[in-house]
Amino acid sequence: MFGRKVKLRILFISLAFITLILTIFLILKSLEENVVYFQSPSEIRKTTELSKKKIRIGGMVKKNSISMNTNQVNFIITDFKNEINVSYKGVLPNLFEEEKGVVAEGYLKDRNFFSATKILAKHDENYMPPEVKEALKEK
Amino acid sequence: MLPSVIGKYSLIFGFLISFPIFYYSFIDYKKSGNLNTKIISFSFLQLLFILISFICLIISFVISDFSNETVFNNSHTTKPLFYKIAGTWGNHEGSLLLWLLVLTLFVFIFLLTSKKQIKSYRILTTIFQQIIIFGFFVFVIKTSNPFSHIFPVPNEGLGLNPILQDPALAIHPPILYLGYVGTSIIFSSALSATVLNYISSSWASHIKTWTYISWIFLTLGILLGSIWAYYELGWGGFWFWDPVENVSLMPWLALTTLIHCLIVLEKRTLLKSWVIILSITTFTLSMSGTFLVRSGILNSVHTFANDPERGIFILLFLFSLIILSLVIFFFFNKNQDRNSSNFFWLSKDTSLLINNWFMMYFLSVVLIGTLYPIFLDVISSEKISVGPPFYHKLIAPFLLFFLIAMAVGPKLSWIKSKFVEKFSLISFFGISLLLSSYLVFKLNLDFLINTLLLSTAFFLFLITLKDFFINKSKNISQKISHFGFGLFILSVLLNNFLSSEIITNLKIGESYDDGKVKIYLEKVEKFEKQNYESVIGYFDITDQKNKTEKFKPELRIYNQPVIITSEADIKTNLFYDKFLVINVVQNQNYFNLRYQLKPLMSWIWISVLIISMGGLTNLLYSRNEK
Repeated sequence: MFGRKVKLRILFISLAFITLILTIFLILKSLEENVVYFQSPSEIRKTTELSKKKIRIGGMVKKNSISMNTNQVNFIITDFKNEINVSYKGVLPNLFEEEKGVVAEGYLKDRNFFSATKILAKHDENYMPPEVKEALKEK
Repeated sequence: MLPSVIGKYSLIFGFLISFPIFYYSFIDYKKSGNLNTKIISFSFLQLLFILISFICLIISFVISDFSNETVFNNSHTTKPLFYKIAGTWGNHEGSLLLWLLVLTLFVFIFLLTSKKQIKSYRILTTIFQQIIIFGFFVFVIKTSNPFSHIFPVPNEGLGLNPILQDPALAIHPPILYLGYVGTSIIFSSALSATVLNYISSSWASHIKTWTYISWIFLTLGILLGSIWAYYELGWGGFWFWDPVENVSLMPWLALTTLIHCLIVLEKRTLLKSWVIILSITTFTLSMSGTFLVRSGILNSVHTFANDPERGIFILLFLFSLIILSLVIFFFFNKNQDRNSSNFFWLSKDTSLLINNWFMMYFLSVVLIGTLYPIFLDVISSEKISVGPPFYHKLIAPFLLFFLIAMAVGPKLSWIKSKFVEKFSLISFFGISLLLSSYLVFKLNLDFLINTLLLSTAFFLFLITLKDFFINKSKNISQKISHFGFGLFILSVLLNNFLSSEIITNLKIGESYDDGKVKIYLEKVEKFEKQNYESVIGYFDITDQKNKTEKFKPELRIYNQPVIITSEADIKTNLFYDKFLVINVVQNQNYFNLRYQLKPLMSWIWISVLIISMGGLTNLLYSRNEK
């Protein structure tokens, strides 16, 4: 019915089309599972349901809030309205300091406690993650 | 001061020279005969002016001329000379001047080396290239002039971000830009070849050289960036799927695809339209890379400049270039793929198409992973980040087939092929399967996926290793690159499986002991250096065999701007890296430390070098053949 060339072309186009749909499906699916949302301490205070997924919390490290021992570091992240206690076992970035911006990635234990798996590093003292800037602007 | 003034006017002269080049190109385009030498002369003059301008900027940095705003913002009198020079391109304005310099250099080299090509093609390519150059000139002069003055003249500069004061990162931008800007020639050339209906085998072999050059530089640039991230950021990894890293990976994927397509075009005159689309894509990705990194849109630890106005300019410029190329593509491209009926599923053509298919898939994963957070932010102002698990999940399963295709593909012949080495292929796969299941079993890993991944990696590695010694002269560059890639995947996998780390906080005199490794912090000393204060921790690390090694990781507290960086102490040998990095927290007695054992780390670097060597051999070989 169709020539070999037309058949090939139909095969080719349908293959490309299927691939495209599959790719988009896979990516969306994976995004859903692996995306990390950002929240400020105030937002966490407001939420009705605590998510069990990995999230990021950003704000300032509260003054005189850092305490360390051999195993872990504890500190408080504040957006000057609300605070959250963070415990962390792991490498600290160089610019981790009191009264400086910080982003912690990890899991919420409850509204007041956050167990971080990663503290994000930054390149310079003036740099502030856009999320933190925005969270601080809202205050 | 003088150099700054000379640089400024030299830049403007360079800009003005665009006009005579346009003028002579348009006049000469219609004439017959040889290329008007004035075009070449003016191109040279333009290159010369930008070179002078660039040298003037370097001089301004060297003599710490703080009346120049760029120098003021990015330098300091106490900075070592090497980093004063590197500071020239370690910032937005200087790096754009470098873009311009490379752009003009490349168009000049193009004019010199394309003598065998037809005249109208050479001129048209120059015109397209000149449009890009023109756009960059306007951009540099209007929004990011490296020669802006400040008055009154400050006594001291603000300094270069110390994290950038590193030899690998100092040479990183020039290398990367050579790769990025090389794609502009491919872009212009593909457009003009489309207009002239000149896309052919001979065009493919001509433009292949440029593709290889930009590919090699891009590969090396990415390598340097990863090495830097490995030892300077102290994270102990080499690839973080950070948006800024992704932005350099995307044009690399597109370029790699393009190289493979050009091979098809050269041999079989197929895939013409696809090659044009890829050429446009590659350049667009390089440009948008610059845009994303420089506009501050990307939320990344690597983004340096934050200036929306510049971002909008690049975006508009990029947009008009894309529109231009699309118009040209749709109006001029006459699809003449007439041999497509000669098609058989098992052939080199098909395997190259499969390569394309995979590469485009990987590219779209990286693209969406990088851009999706931006779109989401714009649409719903929700802030998200896409981490490594996303990429690993989407890429690892497909890597299986990709690696097999990579091992088998090159063995096929054009148009129609049979499996000649059926037996050896199967036996090699058997060996890889046994080897990897043994390893996975021994290491107590998740069996299914890891065995499959590892065995395909071994398969590619062994096959390419074998090919390397048989039939040496044929396709040597492909063999080198594919071998490098096999080695790369293998090292990355084993590195991933076998790495171990210890994270703990120690006071001076304390030690950590988990039965296997003992880490003892003996003392901490402080030193004053030229532009930073150095804190060195002295550690003794005893391993299972009771062998004690001394580690001296360092922290640097720079005075201008005040930034703390950590210099990991890395002990490298052929099989593994021992990596120790420390951090201090203010007002605490504890030192935060991370000790890692990273197997086959050097092989990751070496394999990427081998991959790029493949490209280099191709350049040298094809030279010799002519």
